[in-house]
Amino acid sequence: MLTQAPRIVTGRLDHADSHTLERYLAIGGYKALRKALRMGREAVRDEVNRASLLGRGGAGFPAGRKWSMLRQSETTYLVVNGDESEPATFKDHLLIERDPHQIIEGAAIAAYAVGARLAFVYCRGEFALGLERLTQACNEAYGYGALGRRIFGSAFSLDVVVHPGAGAYICGEETALLESLEGKRGFPRIKPPHFPAAFGLYGEPTVVNNVETISALPWIVQHGGDAFAALGVGSSTGTRLFALTGRVAHPGWFELEMAKTTFRDLIFDPALGGGIADGRALKAFIPGGVSAPWFGPGELDLGLDQDAVGRAGSMLGSGSVVVLDDATCTVRATWRITRFFYRESCGQCTPCREGGHWLEKILRRIEEGDGRFSDLDLLMDVCDNLAPGLGWPPEQTTICVLGPSIPSSIASAIRMFREEFVAHIRNEGCPFDAALTAGAGTR
Amino acid sequence: MTAHLTAANRARAEALVALYPRPRSALIPLCHLAQSQDGWLCGEAIEEIAELCGVTASDVYGTATFYDMLHLDKVGRHVIAICTNIACLLAGAYELVDHAERHLGIRCGQTTEDGEFTLEEAECLAGCDAAPCVQVNHRFVGPLDPDGFDRLVAELAAGKRRAEIPPHGVLCRIERTVGLPGAETTARSRAGD
Repeated sequence: MLTQAPRIVTGRLDHADSHTLERYLAIGGYKALRKALRMGREAVRDEVNRASLLGRGGAGFPAGRKWSMLRQSETTYLVVNGDESEPATFKDHLLIERDPHQIIEGAAIAAYAVGARLAFVYCRGEFALGLERLTQACNEAYGYGALGRRIFGSAFSLDVVVHPGAGAYICGEETALLESLEGKRGFPRIKPPHFPAAFGLYGEPTVVNNVETISALPWIVQHGGDAFAALGVGSSTGTRLFALTGRVAHPGWFELEMAKTTFRDLIFDPALGGGIADGRALKAFIPGGVSAPWFGPGELDLGLDQDAVGRAGSMLGSGSVVVLDDATCTVRATWRITRFFYRESCGQCTPCREGGHWLEKILRRIEEGDGRFSDLDLLMDVCDNLAPGLGWPPEQTTICVLGPSIPSSIASAIRMFREEFVAHIRNEGCPFDAALTAGAGTR
Repeated sequence: MTAHLTAANRARAEALVALYPRPRSALIPLCHLAQSQDGWLCGEAIEEIAELCGVTASDVYGTATFYDMLHLDKVGRHVIAICTNIACLLAGAYELVDHAERHLGIRCGQTTEDGEFTLEEAECLAGCDAAPCVQVNHRFVGPLDPDGFDRLVAELAAGKRRAEIPPHGVLCRIERTVGLPGAETTARSRAGD
C-alpha cells in the first residue's frame, strides 16, 4: 500500500536546484538547527529517542541509543558515513548530491546533541560531484552562520570537514572508516574494545551516523519525534529511502513509509517498480544489499519492516532491492556478488581473505563449465567455515561482518536454485543465453 | 628534497593538513591533491606527502596501495570505469565491457598507447538507477549502450567534454574557503600519532 506519508529526506529533490543554499532556505532550511539550539541538548536527544530512528546504514541500530553510549570525555567527534558502496545501493549518493545542506544541518544538530565540536563528513571518493556539492554547502553554511563559531549567536561552535575516501568498500564499516580517516588502510578494528562510542577517532568517543540517518534529523527536530514515530509499524518508524534495481521496469529510488509498503508493492506497483522488465517473471529478489540472503516470490507480501524481514531470515540492510527475473542465471549473479567480496576483502582475517578467493574460483569454474558435482558441497562447506551454521544473522569468524556476509548469496542460490547449479555442471556450461555469458569468462 | 608539488598545491596541502587534529588524517586528501596535479601518484609526490603528514614514505605507499582510486602507475587522461556489479550486470555491463575493449583495443586495466584512455572494470558506483553505470574521471556518464560509448570516446578525444570532465585526478573543483576558527586549540595541540 502506498501511504500519504511525507517525504522526510527527499522533500526538496523535485527542485533542480535542491543543492543550493537559496533553495534550502526557501524550503525551511536551517530552521531545525535554530530550534535545536533553543531547545537544548537534552531535549534534542529526547526527540530523537522518541522518534526511535533506526540507523539507515545497514545494521539498523537505534540512533538515539548510539548517542547515549558515548564514553565521557572532553573531546567527542561526529563522523557522517557517506562512503556508500553496498552494491545496488545509491540512496546516500542521491542525498549527498541533491541535498547537501540537509546533511550539514543534520550533522550540526547531531554534533550539538552529543557535544562534538568537530565533525567529519566522510564522502565516498568516487562521488566527485557529491564532494563538490558538499564542499560548496560547507562554505555556504559557514557564511550563513550555521557552522563555525557561535552558531546563530548561540554558545555552540562546530567545524565540519568534508573528507574524501579513495575507493574501498570496507571503509563503509565504521571502524575501518575511522582508520581511513586517520590516514591508514581501511582495516576494521577489533570490537571490543574499539566500539566508536568508547574508542573511536584518535581513541576518543565518536558517533558514526549514516548520511540518511543524519538527513532525517532536521525533520525530526522540526516536527517532533512523536510525528516520526507515528509513521511505520513497531520498531520500523518513519520513512525510508529504498533503491530498486535489477530486472524491474522502473529502477529508481522511492521514499516510503516503513512497514506499510510490501516488496510486492515496491516491485510491481505502477507508481513504483512497475513490474518485471520486458514482461518477464520474478525469480528472486535480494531484499537489503548483496550481503542479505535472498527471497523468492513467496516473500513478496512481507512489509518493508526491519523486524519482519529479520524474522524471515534476511535484512532490510542498506535499503536496496535487486530484482532477478527468470532469464537471470543465478550462478552468474552469485559469482559476481562473490567476486565483489573477494576483491573488497581487506585481507586481515583468513576466513574472508582465503574463503572469498576460493568461493569465487569455484563459482567461476561452474559458470564456465568446469564445475564438479562435489563443488556444491564444497561451496557450502567453505561458506560454513565463514559463517558456521549458515544461520541468520551469521555467526562471526572475522573482525567485521564482510566475511560472514559472503555466504548469504551463495547459500541462498544453492538452496533455492540447486537444479540450476547442477545443470551448469552436467551441461559443462551455462544453460542461459550464450551471448549473455560470454563476458563472464577469463575475468 | 626538492619540492614536487607546485607552490599553489603546496599551500593547499598545508591548509589541508591544518584541517585535521592529526596531520596523518590528511594523507588521503593529499594523495588526491597530488593526483590532481600529475594524474597519478609518483614517488616524488609520495615523499612530499610523507613529509607533510609526518610519516615515512612507506607509510604513504602502504596506505595508497590499499585504495582503488590512488594510482601508483601512470594512467590515461581519461579513466573510463564501467561497473559490472550485480545491478549493472543485469543491465548488460559485461557486453559493454567487451565492446569497450574491442573499440579501444585494450583490456581492462590497460591504457591506450596515446595515453588518452585507461579502461577499468569498477565495483558498484552507486549509480544503479542508470545502469550500466559508467564514470569518466569519476564523473557519471551512463547509462551507455555500445553506440553511446563510441560517441563518448569520440567526444573525449576531441576535447568536447572538458568543462564537465576534468583530467584524471581532479576530484573536487570547489575549494574550501572557510577556516577552522578553533583550529589552533582543537587541532595542532593534539598532534602526535
